[in-house]
Amino acid sequence: MDFSAFLYQGLVGLNLAMYLWLIAAGLTIAFGVLGVLNFAHGSLYMLGAYFAFTLYGSLKLNFWLAIVAAAALVGVVGLLMERFFFKQIYKLDETYQLILTFGFVLVFSDLVKMIWGGVFTIPPLPDIFKGTVGIMGRPYPVYNLFIICAGIVVAFLMWALLERGWWGKMVRATASDREMAAAMGINITAIFTSVFILAAALAGLGGALSTPVRVVDPGVGTAVIIQAFVITVIGGLGNLKGAFVGALIVGLVSAYGILLFPAVELFLIYVIMALVLLIKPKGLLGG
Amino acid sequence: MASTNGAKKVPRISRLSARVLLGLLLLGLLVVPWLAGSYVSWLVGNILVLILFAAGFNLLFGYSGLLSFGHAGFFAVGAYVCAKILLAVPSFFLAQAAGVLAAGLVSAVIGFFCIRHTRIYFAMLTLSFGMMIHSIIWKWRSVTGGDDGLFNVPVAPLSVPGLFSIDMNRTENYYYFLLIVVVLCLVLLWRLVHSPLGLVFQGIRDSETRVAFCGLSIQKYRLIVFTISGMYAGLSGVLAVPLAKAAYPGMAHWTFSAEPVLACLLGGAKTFAGPVVGAVLLFVIKEIIVRFTEYWSLVLGVTVILLVLAFRGGVVSVLEKGLLPRLVPLVERGVKVDRVADRWKTGKKFRGFFGGEKRGLANPGRDAYLHYRSQRSRKNHFD
Amino acid sequence: MINLITGNVEIDAGRILLAGKDVSRAPIHERVKLGMTRSFQISNLFAQLTVFRNIQLPVLARRGLVRHFLADLDAFPDVCEEVEEILRTVGLWEKRGQVAGTLSHGDQRLLEIGMAIAPRPKLCFLDEPCAGMNPVERVQVLDLILRLAREQGLTFVVVEHDMDVVFSLSDRILVMNKGEILVDGPPDVIRNHKEVREIYLGEEVSG
Repeated sequence: MDFSAFLYQGLVGLNLAMYLWLIAAGLTIAFGVLGVLNFAHGSLYMLGAYFAFTLYGSLKLNFWLAIVAAAALVGVVGLLMERFFFKQIYKLDETYQLILTFGFVLVFSDLVKMIWGGVFTIPPLPDIFKGTVGIMGRPYPVYNLFIICAGIVVAFLMWALLERGWWGKMVRATASDREMAAAMGINITAIFTSVFILAAALAGLGGALSTPVRVVDPGVGTAVIIQAFVITVIGGLGNLKGAFVGALIVGLVSAYGILLFPAVELFLIYVIMALVLLIKPKGLLGG
Repeated sequence: MASTNGAKKVPRISRLSARVLLGLLLLGLLVVPWLAGSYVSWLVGNILVLILFAAGFNLLFGYSGLLSFGHAGFFAVGAYVCAKILLAVPSFFLAQAAGVLAAGLVSAVIGFFCIRHTRIYFAMLTLSFGMMIHSIIWKWRSVTGGDDGLFNVPVAPLSVPGLFSIDMNRTENYYYFLLIVVVLCLVLLWRLVHSPLGLVFQGIRDSETRVAFCGLSIQKYRLIVFTISGMYAGLSGVLAVPLAKAAYPGMAHWTFSAEPVLACLLGGAKTFAGPVVGAVLLFVIKEIIVRFTEYWSLVLGVTVILLVLAFRGGVVSVLEKGLLPRLVPLVERGVKVDRVADRWKTGKKFRGFFGGEKRGLANPGRDAYLHYRSQRSRKNHFD
Repeated sequence: MINLITGNVEIDAGRILLAGKDVSRAPIHERVKLGMTRSFQISNLFAQLTVFRNIQLPVLARRGLVRHFLADLDAFPDVCEEVEEILRTVGLWEKRGQVAGTLSHGDQRLLEIGMAIAPRPKLCFLDEPCAGMNPVERVQVLDLILRLAREQGLTFVVVEHDMDVVFSLSDRILVMNKGEILVDGPPDVIRNHKEVREIYLGEEVSG
């Protein structure tokens, strides 16, 4: 295998990493602020894909509009989940929180089966994303390039939102000390809700963006959530920068793993996860 | 004394009737193949496997406070080793024993790493190790059959050369074997959680520092409980093979690890009977509801959400708290994690072997102690 | 400081000697085997177990009986007897059947002490044994500590900043301020020490 093929595989990994980043980002901020590790987060990703499928594939809406609307709809689902269910469990033991979110995994997987059925056809790409560009003498799909850019843009926006704005300040304050933040007059309830909406919308965005290229089925929720867990653990639970790095690691390891040692590719990812937990439980970027 | 007051409202049943009920249940299980035929035996056999899986899991979850998402891995190790041996040599005992031992070995090694953490980190670690096992099974096609799994596993007869040979391919025969093993293992588990060692596990759940200050190594006992629990999972996997005549990768997937978690939650993790009842319920939800609607996981999911939000004690505690205390006296009998409260509370009323019928929770240990006490001094120490 | 000696927190510098042995790096349970126990400022009990079981566990552990995995918990009469003795000493025998988490604060503190003495230590650290107690309960606890020290010959190290408690208990007092030992001596010396009187409201350690 020559060097350019090696580099090219990096781009493949990068593309995968960006989908994973979009899922893991939401999972991480939700954990960091709310303290709930959400098993159903992968299901929100799946919902995003299904919404986009209906809006873009069936209703023939404009691509951009469909993506944004799908993400927003998932945000609304997140709002409902937080308001009516998660709110009740913040005081509970983590174990029960995990199990409650797992209940949602079961519900969502059947709901989409009910509404959309099992069949799923990939809608065609919008015209601007059709075709490929030549990178190192190989064709690389324009859409994948777009995903990489989109991931980086989202990362930048998240950074700006959390590090620069007043909302970000309040979120960070809440994440580091809930009681203290409440005592300072921050409306914790509103912060929790808004963070969860954002987290859900991010997962929805990831799902929506995957619609034209990846097949989605009712089981996809349980498949992606494990990868998202691996990423958040590698980066450190609740650490957003870590999640980005974690997504890159998992994306690249998967891409190169398939190329170099296909037999142990999956295994390798879980080994990394276990090693990080054992050696640096706070994550690679954790303190 | 809230607990005493609460306990007074619940009518306790006597040890005699509890035994009668338990006996009836066993008798019912014994006549299943005879009355209901081989398909029902097969179904009940599957429930028994799930019961054992959930009960062993609860030793770790309910009694030691560790939530594992990797138990499916041990289940699968047991199942695959058993199936592999059965495919190679027709030795029923060897296959079963090797499966359990392999699962025990694997869980001891994995446990060695996992017990360094608790709570969410422990859950994530067990998840990653469980998924490692899954990915090995998935990819190591030459040995494990990859995504097809191992199928058409021949079930060797249970035989002692020269003495007897029982055909385990017949579901009814295997059912009896399964019933005996599961009941024995549950009795063993019952003894374990009511033994000094079981008390250590519960102590670790409530306060690990305190256990350390009793002069005990927390890590050592955590590893012990993890390994025992893993062996129970492995045994369940082994026992599942002759029923399914196969071993498949789904057995190792984390969603299968969630089954005992759900069983414990449905039934109630704080009681011994909880996971047993929960496993039955889980199976019923999956197998029965699927006949009415295709969307059983929706039903299960809604049940789980409701349970977490409203009835965290699980079905057993709902029953116990007075919904059906008279109708389900067996469950109500307080197959509780720690029954000493009742024992000592009722000690006052205790008047001999069958005395205090109405509230006395009879127990051989208490009997022995009371007997000892009364011999030591004629005075009544229970004022 | 208790956390360092008992091993809850790892030490950065210096050495900890227990009965002539260096235990600076030893895990908690090793130190306990050398005859050291403690109580906690915030009650640290087996909250879901009964009072009886709370004491039974350390007694079983000390006697090396926890390896029994098939025997019934109450199958060891001498253990039960010892548990009864301890529970009577701390005055919780009547409440033996109650789940520890549902005890009143005062009773939890008493149980805390019971659990600390159950491993029969040579040296027992008590971390603010009277924290958050009403005057009646306080007298109870002080009485108990004195009784244990006199009758059973136990050595207690009591960390406390309530000077009344300190003076009523101690044979020897160490006053610490900002990590340094200020004075070391019998109660009379301490009482008349000028500097101690000045920082009377500071942090003090007695022993």
